[in-house]
Amino acid sequence: MATRTDVSTRKSNQTQTQERTAEPTPLRPPVDIFEDSDGITLLADLPGVSKDRLSMQVDHDTLMIQGDVQIDMPEGMAAMYADVRSTRYRRSFALSKELATDDIEASIKDGVLQVRIPKRMEARPRKIEVQPY
Amino acid sequence: MFGSLMNFEDNPFDDFRRIQQDFDQWFGGWPWPTSIRSAARGTYPPVNVGTTPEHIDVYMFAAGLDPKTLDISLHQNLLTVAGERPASGENDAGYYRKERFAGNFRRSLTLPEDADPDQVNARYTDGVLHIQIKRREAARPRQITVN
Repeated sequence: MATRTDVSTRKSNQTQTQERTAEPTPLRPPVDIFEDSDGITLLADLPGVSKDRLSMQVDHDTLMIQGDVQIDMPEGMAAMYADVRSTRYRRSFALSKELATDDIEASIKDGVLQVRIPKRMEARPRKIEVQPY
Repeated sequence: MFGSLMNFEDNPFDDFRRIQQDFDQWFGGWPWPTSIRSAARGTYPPVNVGTTPEHIDVYMFAAGLDPKTLDISLHQNLLTVAGERPASGENDAGYYRKERFAGNFRRSLTLPEDADPDQVNARYTDGVLHIQIKRREAARPRQITVN
């Protein structure tokens, strides 16, 4: 009985290690999000991600940001210390209906992604002019 | 469907796992004393250090900096990088999240003894500061031939 238990635990351990080596947990980039009357601005820190390695998708009302880190590393380098243990960033956000998902604009500079999500025209606050009588 | 109701995305189990990891790290897998200059995990900016027989490579993951404002110094084998990261956006904007680091930072690293302070090369690409320090000749592994 004891042997059988041993085998089963070892098996489950092995699967865990395999999963971990297949893809490490993606990094969750820190973000700043702020809103003004015309839309929402999102800033995300993605150091090491260039324009070509960044992917952004809007599926229904979910905005998904994903980026792969590309840094030049010499051959045969041995890691001495590592705060960053994954080469992929991923984070997603649920958008609300009043946001114009077709007009999202994004740019990346020095590893900072800036996303502008405008509000639909009808959702923007309107100033009502008072006509002279 | 409930996306707009879920304003708190953190999963309580994530915290649980993190605490467990920290616990393992500090008490389980770390029986020897830490360096007096070591920083806590999560200190800005995150750093990776790698070595080859010729160089020591330091990567600082610091997005959105002006490389001209960085103060990088190497004193003996103590590398220090200091700088300032300006805050984003306007002051009167309505913030929902402010997770990105803003303000002054300073990070020091004790490098291997054979770091050569005279041969340092620093580059800043895509928000990663790569500092390459040459190692002294004498410390490099040498091939010994048998006669």
